[in-house]
Amino acid sequence: MQGILGKKLGMTRLFLEEGKAVAVTVIEAGPCVVVQKKGEKNQETVYQLGFVPAKPKTVNKPIQGHYKKKGITPLTHLKEFPSLEDKPYQVGDEVRVDIFQIGDKVKVQGTSKGKGFAGVVKRWNFSGGKDTHGCTSHRVPGSIGSSAYPSRVVKGKKLPGHMGNRRVSVRHLSIVDIRPDQNLLIVKGAVPGSRNNLLAIYK
Amino acid sequence: MDALTMLEKEQMRVDFPDFRAGDQIRVHVKIKEGEKERIQVFEGVVIRKRKGNTGATFTVRKVSYGVGVERIFPLHAPAIDRIDIVSRGKVRRSKLYYLRKLKGKAARIKERRVTPGASKA
Repeated sequence: MQGILGKKLGMTRLFLEEGKAVAVTVIEAGPCVVVQKKGEKNQETVYQLGFVPAKPKTVNKPIQGHYKKKGITPLTHLKEFPSLEDKPYQVGDEVRVDIFQIGDKVKVQGTSKGKGFAGVVKRWNFSGGKDTHGCTSHRVPGSIGSSAYPSRVVKGKKLPGHMGNRRVSVRHLSIVDIRPDQNLLIVKGAVPGSRNNLLAIYK
Repeated sequence: MDALTMLEKEQMRVDFPDFRAGDQIRVHVKIKEGEKERIQVFEGVVIRKRKGNTGATFTVRKVSYGVGVERIFPLHAPAIDRIDIVSRGKVRRSKLYYLRKLKGKAARIKERRVTPGASKA
């Protein structure tokens, strides 16, 4: 399996064996259930994985039917993952953190924290104007283009707007530790979003 | 207890004696030089303790050849071999930053008498 779903538990500092202190993120990864298999003929197999059991009343009828056909108790999250391995998974199989190994580099995808409507200083790291010395433009973007030519603002110009709350991937995070008994995955560095955020972890 | 706190507790060290700000302590630090490992001792006054599970730190201050030296140690660092308490100080605040401005006799700290058996070490 190429990936797994998980929940961000939070960050902390851990000491490695050689005595170094590292900032790590603790993720509760899996166990996930294979709900569906797709594209088996001469193609890469794609597996639909489910995570966290759902309350029956929160699942609508069509989705309930999807689970009922497979004989799986409904889950709250579904996501598709490709598989590169030869070992085929069957519908109903569990996927756990043990698909990863300590030292592996992973990609973690999640929804970043929403920052609301943000100005250019926060959103695009513009330096802004001086605070004092008679300056009256403090956090404004300044000129956004030239005059007669091209008589318009170029597409993609960095301007204020909604920041955060979008899908963000962080690549090459190394795995510091794995606890299969507690379903814990510990990676070095930060991952998108707040605590309890849903994450997809890819090999 | 949640999984995150449990993970931190695993790494926390409980083998050190209780010490506070104002105490004169000796920190034995393991230092790696290539293959070899040796122990260096840093002795001074604890001027600050910061809380936190694995993130807890303390600062030790000493005056070395007339120059003030402060060293911040992570409390739970595996590099710390041992901590000895030389003497306990009687101070009225938890952060002794005022010591930085004082020299010689003025920077002395009164000793705190500990009733035998009341505290370990």
